Amino acid sequence: MADRRYTRTHEWVTVDGKHATVGITDFAQSQLGDVVFLELPSAGRKLAARETFGVIESVKAASDLYAPVAGRITEVNEKLAAKPELINSDPYGEGWILKLELGGELPPDLMDEAEYKKVSGAAAS
Amino acid sequence: MTANSALKRTPLYDRHVALGARMVDFGGWEMPQQYSSIRDEHLAVRRVAGLFDVSHMGRFRLAGDSTFQFLQHLVTNDLAPLTHGQAQYNLLCNESGGIVDDLVVYRGSEGFFVVVNASNRESDLRWFREHAPRDVEIEDRTFELGLIAFQGPRAQELLPCEGLEAIPYFGFGQGDVAGIHALISRTGYTGEDGFELFISSERLGEAWDAILRHGGSAGVLPAGLGARDATRLEAALRLWGNDMDETVNPYEAGLGWTVKLDKGDFVGRDALQRVKAEGPRRKLIGLKTVPGDIARHGAAVKAEGKPIGVITSGTHSFFLGYPIALAMVEAASFRVGDKVAVDVRGREAPAEIVKLPFYRGSARSATSPARS
Repeated sequence: MADRRYTRTHEWVTVDGKHATVGITDFAQSQLGDVVFLELPSAGRKLAARETFGVIESVKAASDLYAPVAGRITEVNEKLAAKPELINSDPYGEGWILKLELGGELPPDLMDEAEYKKVSGAAAS
Repeated sequence: MTANSALKRTPLYDRHVALGARMVDFGGWEMPQQYSSIRDEHLAVRRVAGLFDVSHMGRFRLAGDSTFQFLQHLVTNDLAPLTHGQAQYNLLCNESGGIVDDLVVYRGSEGFFVVVNASNRESDLRWFREHAPRDVEIEDRTFELGLIAFQGPRAQELLPCEGLEAIPYFGFGQGDVAGIHALISRTGYTGEDGFELFISSERLGEAWDAILRHGGSAGVLPAGLGARDATRLEAALRLWGNDMDETVNPYEAGLGWTVKLDKGDFVGRDALQRVKAEGPRRKLIGLKTVPGDIARHGAAVKAEGKPIGVITSGTHSFFLGYPIALAMVEAASFRVGDKVAVDVRGREAPAEIVKLPFYRGSARSATSPARS
């Protein structure tokens, strides 16, 4: 498994060759509270980096989801329709949201875990 | 989420943190939003029982010869039928009939006790003191006396306390909870049967631990503000600051049953008499939407393309399995079953007007209402 990279908007991405998997971070799910619904695009759609691709509804609020990298959606996690709580219980595993076929370079501002910890730690305190 | 030293903490703060709660600012208090998950805590309250820290709510003791007359002049409901050991849901209104706060009034053998919303504690205290005659003493007991709520269909069975069956709905008495002295009131804010326990701040933590220990294997959970908001909304219990405030009168809020115009003069009576005679211009209704379409506070409500009001409270009901909302709308002829539209994330989502409450829990079924 490749290293996980993070955005300032609290998504994560792992890249394996031309393929990327996207989700939201453990910090994000804990801030959102219980997730009740996701509005997600269909496979085939092309996303630009930082483009809004969906909405996540928690008991507290609705939040936009942003693409950490550019690419074409190859798969959407169908399990989330029936079990959105997977985002809370396993944000880096079963709670993944999209799989993409990479289209272009990775944005330079993706953070590694240490950097992201600083950002989310500052937001949490 | 901000560690703000200006926020007040209840005597149970350290326990909330030790239980892993996410703490949030609520009415100037640092309170638990959730411990494990709002869903689990919500369902525990509906199926077994949940334990809430509600020590942030304001608690005043009123004593003095003319306390009854004073309170009777300030609240909308009629205190005359209240006997010692009975509590009553009540409203404070201003001269224009707007709701200053909602509260529960307790009549004890040594005077009266009131519980008010946390965010209004200081303004209510001023309101009481401005109106009080000289002989009425009003003491803020919020910090000396803790308050926890044990709510759920199995609350009576699972609270480590004898003699609970003798306390009727909206009644209260003294007792020992796990050996700790408490004033025990059969009241709550969830729609379920249950008890609110007034316990000295020093011993509140012991009682909290004992109740959780005693009920843990049965599925009792500590429950945070998230579960509290969801359960109160399912039971259509109004939240001051969301569903009503000084700009809303009791008839609009659907609380006309708490206004006793024939009890004698009281603050706001003339205005409320006019509203009643003319009929309220707006009313609070219940809405149901399809899963995913959560209508949030402030969202516009439309009928046939025309704005008719706004959402005052909305959430996803884990118990019912769909989103529910309260909306303040123009008091035209809307009926249960009618279809309207609500703004959800910038689009118009279909909503259906449903009967309130959204869910009727075990409250009242355990014993007969105090007012019967």
